[in-house]
Amino acid sequence: MTAEFIQPDLMPALPEMVMLGMTCLVLVVDLFLPQEKRGFTLLLTIVTLLLTIGAVVLVAPVTEVSSFGGSFVLDQLAVVLKIVVCAITVVVFVYSRDYLADHSIYKGEYYVLGLFATLGMMVMISAHSFLLVYLGLELLSLSLYSMIAFNRNSLRASESAMKYFVLGAMASGLLLYGISIFYGITGTLDITQLTVAINAESWNHPVALGFALTFIVVGLSFKLGAVPFHMWLPDVYQGAPTSVTLFIGTAPKIAGFAMAIRLLVDGLGDLSVDWSQMLMVLAIASMALGNVVAISQTNFKRMLAYSTISHVGFILLGILSATANGYASAMFYTITYTITSSVAFGVLLVLNRKGFEAENISDLSGLNNSNPWYAALLAIAMFSMAGVPPTVGFYAKLTVLQAVVQVDMVWLAIVAVLFSVIGLFYYLRIIKVMYFDEPIADQTTTIKEALDVKILLSANSLGLVFLGIFPSLLMAYCILAFS
Amino acid sequence: MTLTLSHYLILAAVLFSISIAGIVINRKNIIILLMSIELMLLAVNLNFIAFSHYLDDIAGQVFVFFILTVAAAEAAIGLAILVVLFRNKGSISVEDINEMKG
Repeated sequence: MTAEFIQPDLMPALPEMVMLGMTCLVLVVDLFLPQEKRGFTLLLTIVTLLLTIGAVVLVAPVTEVSSFGGSFVLDQLAVVLKIVVCAITVVVFVYSRDYLADHSIYKGEYYVLGLFATLGMMVMISAHSFLLVYLGLELLSLSLYSMIAFNRNSLRASESAMKYFVLGAMASGLLLYGISIFYGITGTLDITQLTVAINAESWNHPVALGFALTFIVVGLSFKLGAVPFHMWLPDVYQGAPTSVTLFIGTAPKIAGFAMAIRLLVDGLGDLSVDWSQMLMVLAIASMALGNVVAISQTNFKRMLAYSTISHVGFILLGILSATANGYASAMFYTITYTITSSVAFGVLLVLNRKGFEAENISDLSGLNNSNPWYAALLAIAMFSMAGVPPTVGFYAKLTVLQAVVQVDMVWLAIVAVLFSVIGLFYYLRIIKVMYFDEPIADQTTTIKEALDVKILLSANSLGLVFLGIFPSLLMAYCILAFS
Repeated sequence: MTLTLSHYLILAAVLFSISIAGIVINRKNIIILLMSIELMLLAVNLNFIAFSHYLDDIAGQVFVFFILTVAAAEAAIGLAILVVLFRNKGSISVEDINEMKG
């Protein structure tokens, strides 16, 4: 068993290396900055993310390139998702600056943890062996656990961090157990070789393969937050500082989608008959529970958590159709959903100020009187989540439903539409509260307006309408990723 | 009696089930939850090592080293969160974690 060491091609991993180097630089530079110059850390963080995007564009291959013995892959899917993840993270960091300052958690560690989480997501997106999937996932999760507990004087934050930690670690354990069984059956950890081995072995061990697949699907749905493995999600969304909720609610969804594609489609594509049945149950349960329970929520963050669960159901719908078209539509749905939820949490962050935590739906009442512009931006986001044209949410739902109908599961599409109609109620209630309710008297609605946040938030929100009118701009890349 | 692969797999499965039960049934102490998580990862490690030996393939043992390292980092963060929680709450009982409902 002597293997000679072959120098791997490092170029495909250039973005990750740039990001790792710069993150270490941010960590050290931040140590020497006084509190009033913390803005420089943010600047350096944003430069890091933009440099990474530049590196991704630089190394973007025409065809699929793999390196490190096949365990790292750079294809069209990876390029698009990495750019989106970095861009969303820039947006998240800009939005959260004033919130962090107001709640005295404006610290460099926040950005370092965020960058490490982003690095974990990028590793997950490019991972093509079980080992790399696991390491990327853990880098992401461990950073997120500490980010949630970042406001260490908050009881709710530490409680939700503990819940997320225990359930997240359990999900990793389940995923690992599934991986270990697959390793035993096929003798490989590499996803490319796994496909070959499963093709050859599937007649010998059908029960063992199904057993291992179940663990993988359960681990995945824990991470994505699909019912019945969603218990952590509402508590984490509500308990975490809003800036962290914004982060958790956006970029990691893309990484979760990438992990699902790498494991289920790239690796276990031959078992698609089995996993699409499992995903079907998860998808229907997610859409049902998410949309129905969201109606009774009074906390805006918790409501968005249940709305996330229902959107995860829709993403699973695209994946379970097991066609290139379905994967592309699920990818489109995931990307546009993250953009939409960054607007919703972004507006919520703007409404926060020192000593006042805007998180209840009643905190939004009469927003149109005091801040018509932000009310309009939030209204666009709500329409997009509900799937009202001309916003992008409509087109995203349409493509997913199209993919489902194409594989002759019309009844599933009908169920999805019915639950979307139920979901419409609580999105429209937000708009009703903002436009038709009286403002609460004791609430001084002076909003500290940072110009850069306002411009970015406006562009972000209007982008939803723009993408809704010209969806092919993004859809073309999604289709290309699975062609 | 010789020990075969299935003996190791059964042991790992039993340990794994005990750890799941420890997480789900336990209503007393959060530290027991952390112990269960460690036990779960060790059960997986046992699986990997048994398969690695049986298949005569080194990759499984490499994976175990990575799991051990990550488990150490995970335990550090878990205990740190536990300390923060205890400072805020004054209790590490699972039953007391009930700030948020709905």
